[in-house]
Formats: sequence, structure tokens, C-alpha cells
Amino acid sequence: MNPDKWSWDQTPFLLMVLPIALFMLMPLIYIFNHAFKPFDELIEYPPRFFVRRPTFDNFLELFQTATTTGIPVTRYLFNSIVITAIVVFLSIFLATITGFALSKLKFHIQGVISKINTLAMMFVGTAVIIPRYILIERFGLIDTFYVHILPVIAIPVGLFLVKQFIDQIPNELIEAAKIDGASSFTIYLKIILPLIKPAIATIAILSFQAVWNDASISATFINRDSLKTFAFYMQTLSSSSNVVAGAGMSAVASLIMFIPNLVIFIFLQSKVMNTMVHSGIK
Amino acid sequence: MTKTPSMSIKRWIETEKKQFKQDDKSAYLFTLPYILLFMSFIAIPVALAMILSFTTFDMVSFPKFNSLNNYIYLLTADEEFMRYILPNTIKFALIVGPGGYILSFIMAWALAQISYKLRTVLAIILYSPSLTAGITMTVVWKVFFAGDESGYLNFILLELGLIVEPIAFLQSPEYLFTIMVIVALWGSMGVGFLAMLAGILNVSPELYEAAAIDGLKTRWQEIMYITIPAMRPQMLFGAVMAIVGTFSAGALGVQLSGSNPTPNYAGSLIVNHIEDYGFIRYDMGYAAALSLVLLLIIYFFSRLSWRLFGDKD
Repeated sequence: MNPDKWSWDQTPFLLMVLPIALFMLMPLIYIFNHAFKPFDELIEYPPRFFVRRPTFDNFLELFQTATTTGIPVTRYLFNSIVITAIVVFLSIFLATITGFALSKLKFHIQGVISKINTLAMMFVGTAVIIPRYILIERFGLIDTFYVHILPVIAIPVGLFLVKQFIDQIPNELIEAAKIDGASSFTIYLKIILPLIKPAIATIAILSFQAVWNDASISATFINRDSLKTFAFYMQTLSSSSNVVAGAGMSAVASLIMFIPNLVIFIFLQSKVMNTMVHSGIK
Repeated sequence: MTKTPSMSIKRWIETEKKQFKQDDKSAYLFTLPYILLFMSFIAIPVALAMILSFTTFDMVSFPKFNSLNNYIYLLTADEEFMRYILPNTIKFALIVGPGGYILSFIMAWALAQISYKLRTVLAIILYSPSLTAGITMTVVWKVFFAGDESGYLNFILLELGLIVEPIAFLQSPEYLFTIMVIVALWGSMGVGFLAMLAGILNVSPELYEAAAIDGLKTRWQEIMYITIPAMRPQMLFGAVMAIVGTFSAGALGVQLSGSNPTPNYAGSLIVNHIEDYGFIRYDMGYAAALSLVLLLIIYFFSRLSWRLFGDKD
């Protein structure tokens, strides 16, 4: 269990995992190759798995294509990048400050809030998409930039993980700071935040995934094309029925969607695993 | 003197005031933004759904009270629901839910036996599909299952001589569901998987040593009697994540087949049905009733998991 070095008696477990890992990997390698195929290789029959003469043609074509309303791809990308940055930043702030309050500050409704939040982890947004639409319309958020941000930044799973993590911080540290005259906010900023980097990493990944990949908000709550996200554009590209001809562009777009997720995860994965140790629901 | 409701309310207000005086006020400030957003986008929509489910509402005129008619219709007269949606959703949930969950556990356990560097690489590989969330996922699989000869699966089958003509997998009612299940399982190793891996890795070695001294022999016994009980909190977290993920998989069928509703409703799950009544037929009251049913189903399965894995107190 949890060995440090490789030894040959680990082989049976490796054999269990490899086929599944291959199954997981194949489609991704295929898309990676597909994105770099020149047009003749895309429509080639018999279809080949690996690309033979990689080019950037598909990338160029994607960025030169405008939609029927004349919005260039770069606009969608820009929207997605800005929205994602704002959402990640705000989710981290919200989850950490609320988690800190729920975990370390004394107030009598603390237990109730925690329990309701744990319940809300089972919540599926798509189930109440209709009442949400009504509310968002009443708030006047339809067709605005804010509808990409406000509904998304309160993440029950995120708050849960952060709170569990902050629970591990010894109370003595906080007591000591209070004796030195620190306000709650200073404690939050100078003591808690530096200590919960793994939890912050996890929230960053969760919120990034929630917003970067999401096309449903653009589809449901926004009418003006100029406010829609790159994920939405991807979806319109790939639902056109001509799978092969647009396949190169779709493959490039998929890569642009996927690679940031992967890179961020690879960099933060050890921190995420650290948070997951405290992820149990008791 | 008999207790009247106004006396109890007064008493409650008094206790609240007393407790509030001793509270750390900054806590209220810190939690306010989250609570506001939570109320706006989670709590109130659920409450609204409950109210709307007893009405007929078409978004234009004021909702008309409809008592239990929506629910009666659901149970007795909604043909699509009973013939396609409900069986599809349950089949899908039972295969992808427990299936994906067990697969995640087996993989997590196998990975825990492998050395650190290799394990990290493999864990990233296994986790990657869950990062494709939706759009990337369908592009990838659409090319694989494409309906003409250039679709990769069709190509392999034609070469092997197993079929004579390419099959339109994604448009056929027979295959679409199976494909949805495969794709869902492919992407199922997400946060729950990571939590279980962390849980297994953190079981204290002393537990195993003590058990070995007490006569524990096989690997299997080790898993059933030490590992799983020791990581029950992570098992519960993984279970809840799996349940939520399975029931929110609405877009999959529509994106894979390219048509909404899917051919012969083969790929339609409860979420599709809700969107159908809500955004296409503009019967918001019925859609709200369906939404509540979905939330109740999810809650039911989560409570089941709680019974299995939660702390018994």
C-alpha cells in the first residue's frame, strides 16, 4: 500500500489499470492528432489514427471563420477568458471567506448553514433551470455579462471542501492572533489564506471547470451573440451535421477547450489530492 | 396558562436575540455574500419550483392554480415519461452510477498499490476524460461513432468483415443508449475518484498490521474489513458525486445524436423531458413538477448512500 519505489510485484495492479488508462487516453490522442491533420487526411478513407503531415491549417481556418452574425472567434475566446478569470477569483474568495467563518468564527446559526450547504451538494442546477430562468429575468440579468458570473460562483461542493480543510487548522494559531489584536479579516488574510493553498487550488479547478466548459448559460440566458462563450461556439460548430468537413476545426476547438483544463490540473494535482484527504462526509 | 403560538414565537425571538449578542459579528458579514447568492440561485429556485408545480404557467399570463393535476398527469397520462424517459433514466442511472462508482474504486485501489511517480501519471490519465465535460467529449466520440464509412468504429467493423454497410450509430435508437452509457462511464472518474484515491492512500498502516496479527489473510478480506470501513467518509463523498453526475447528464444524448428529442426518445433522460416541457412546450408548471421529482430521486439515492457509508448515530 502506497509504495515509494517500483517493484515487480506491483505488475498485477498495473495490468488492471493499463487497459482502462488506454481506453481513457485513446480518444484524447485521436483528437490531438485530428486537430493537426491537413484537409486531405481528414476526409481520407480508410481513416488513419495518427497524423502524417501535421499542419496548423485547421487552427487558421478556425480563427478566420466568423459566425453568421459576423462575430469572430476571438470574441468568444475573449469572453470565455475574462469570465473564467473573474469567476475563479470570486469563487475562491467566496468559498474561503465563508468557509473560514463557518469553521472558525463562533455564531449560532453556523451549524444550520453547514448542514444546508451539505444538503445542497446534491443539488443539480439543471433540475431547476426553469425557476432560475424566471428569477434571472426578474433580476434583469438576461442578456448581461453578470449572468455568466453570479449564478456560478457559489459552489456548495467547493465550500464544503474548503470548510473541511480549514477545520484542520489548529485553533491556537487563531487565538494567538486574536490576543495580538488582529481583526477577523486580518486573520483571514494573513493566517488562513496562506495555510489553505491546497483547498484554494481545488476550488480553482472546480470553478474553472464549471465555467470554462459551460455552454448552457450562453444557450439559455443570452440572446446577443457577442456575449456568448467559446464553449457555446464549440457546441454550435459540432452540432452541424457535416461531421467530417468541419471535423478539423472542431478538433482544434476541442483542444483549446481541453488543454487548459489538463494543464491546470497537472500543475495543481498534488495540492488537490491533499485537499481530498479531508473530503470525507461523516 | 396554555401556550399560544405567539408566546412561542416571542420566546424564540428572545433566544435568538440572546445568542446573536454573543455571536462574532464579522461572521455574518463574511457569510453574507455566499448566503445571498445561495438563496438567489439555489434555495429560492427550489422553493419556486415547489410552488409552480401546483400551477399551470406559460410564462405570459399569471400562473393558474392547478392543485395536484400536474402530478396526477405525471403518474397516469404522461406516455413519453412512462414508456421512455423513466426507464431510460433509471437504466442509465443504475449502470453509470454504481458501475462508474465501482470502477472508480477498483482503479483507485489498484493505483494505491503502485509507486508514486507511475501512480500520478496514471491518475492524471484516468481523470482526464472528466475534464472534457460535455462539448469536447461529444466531438471526440462523434468522430469515432460517425455514421458513414469514415467513422472509426464503422471502419474497423467493415475491415473485419463484421458488417457490410456502415451503421449510423448515433442516429439509431438501438445503439444510441449504449453509446451514451459508454461515453458517460468514460468520463465518470472525476472528483469522487480523486477523493477515494486520497482516502485509500491515507488509511493508517497500523490498521493493516494489527489486522495481520489478528489473522487477516487475503487481500479481499483486507479491502472489505479494513480499507473500506476506514475510508467511509470518502466513499460517501464519491457516492454523492457519482449520483449527482449521473442524474445531471441530460445534454449527452442530444449532443451525440445531433437532434432534440433524440431518435425515438432513445437517449432522453429526465433532464431532457424537463427542458422539453419548459422551453419547447412552455408548460412551466409541469416542468417544475418534473424538476421536483428529479430532486427527490437524487435525494432518495443520496440518503441510501448515507445509510451505507455514513456514520451510524
